[in-house]
Amino acid sequence: MMQCDIVIIGGGMVGAALGFGLAKVGQQTLILDQGDQALRAARGNFGLVWVQGKGADFPSYAHWTLESSQLWPQFANELEQLTGIDVQYQQQGGLEIFLDEAELDEYDQELAHQSQLTNHAFTYEKLSTKALAQKEPYLGKDVIGATYSPHDGHVNPLLLLRAMQAGFQALGGTYRSQQSVRTIKANADGFVLDTEKGPVLAKKVILAAGLDNARLAPMVGLEQAIYPQRGQILVTEKLPPMLNHPTNYLRQTQDGTIQIGASSEQSGLDDGNTVEVMAKLAHRAKQLMPALADQNIVRAWGALRVLSPDGYPIYDQAPIKGAYALSCHSAVTLAAAHAYTLASLIGKDDWSTNLNTFSAARFKS
Amino acid sequence: MFIQVDRNPEPDLIDILINGTVYQVSAGISVAAALLQLGFKHNRQSLVSGSERGPYCMMGVCFECLVEINQVANQQACLTQVTGGMQIMSQQKERHIPLPAEQDSLAYNALEKAQKEQVNAN
Repeated sequence: MMQCDIVIIGGGMVGAALGFGLAKVGQQTLILDQGDQALRAARGNFGLVWVQGKGADFPSYAHWTLESSQLWPQFANELEQLTGIDVQYQQQGGLEIFLDEAELDEYDQELAHQSQLTNHAFTYEKLSTKALAQKEPYLGKDVIGATYSPHDGHVNPLLLLRAMQAGFQALGGTYRSQQSVRTIKANADGFVLDTEKGPVLAKKVILAAGLDNARLAPMVGLEQAIYPQRGQILVTEKLPPMLNHPTNYLRQTQDGTIQIGASSEQSGLDDGNTVEVMAKLAHRAKQLMPALADQNIVRAWGALRVLSPDGYPIYDQAPIKGAYALSCHSAVTLAAAHAYTLASLIGKDDWSTNLNTFSAARFKS
Repeated sequence: MFIQVDRNPEPDLIDILINGTVYQVSAGISVAAALLQLGFKHNRQSLVSGSERGPYCMMGVCFECLVEINQVANQQACLTQVTGGMQIMSQQKERHIPLPAEQDSLAYNALEKAQKEQVNAN
């Protein structure tokens, strides 16, 4: 029977970041992951490390996101030192591009509010069309304008996942794939997990299983009312540099491909592609950057976001001591805060009042 | 180097452009066959080393025969049939993608906007 101090259910963006952080503070940690058939939001990510538009109506989320973005340079650096994997993190500032004037004005107000909430630690500017054209000369005439924030950046999300898992193991953590958890039961010494490869005993259990948290949370007396939202992404062939900044719709990777994204739809647990959405994405990409009309698309995929009723993270400590459930969208952006701040608090069992604002209790009031 | 084995003694001939020069080739053959028949030894430079590459497998798997056809880069010449007036360009290691035409660009839009605001101010 496997035994450990802490078991994390889920080896995606959230689980791997926490595992890395817990191993770093000396906790004996085991990650149980599923296999290739799992939904795996972590493998469909767009790769933005994004602060703009995060938390204008949820102050602690605005602070939390900003904190993570401030920890990101150190995080990327530490991952590379430890694993030799360059996760291609760049913080050159990001653009939220608009095709509609009213939407831009509304977003500008939202960002002003976000800035106020953080005592102006979060900064941004609304760019004139001319200033935007100078920053991004490949943009087309249908673009109305953009907001720019120096906090924003991007990363290769697949390399990030690999680096976090490798770093976790380099720090002494144990990673097991193909090990679905069927049930969790609390006993006097902690928790007994019934898994597809036999029982696992742990003093603490952390649920970081993405959409599967909805099923697992009630086993430790919690509720995680999360639901899937599908996003689809198109990827072009490798191209010479055409975009100087990541944006809400497009980003050019360090390999030269341009990722085209930002769709959302309800599709249950179907993470496939549809011609209709791919056509819409391609059409909008052409509007944003006319030169993309003549470039080839080489890959496309769908993935399921993990969303809570208000879109913000749900972090909860269970009534049974030693169990935690963590679900969120934007887990790439939050990876640094998860790895450093959150992991260290869980390691010390210090569930601070800041984290209470992320409790699912907010949906009951 | 290559001998056409087509049994049709009088094939329909069409004009295509290769790197801006007009050539006459048989209708119905692939772009890669046309390139080889006309004596082109390479159609692109490797993106990595810059070395010259030509059609190789002729069946769509090796991706050595990539060319730009009618302004769209990275087309597989061996899987594309020639058509009248087709513009075929060999590809260089360094690829340049032109900025949008002036009237399609954001910069033009900005200028127009500024001019309108000027008129309104006057």
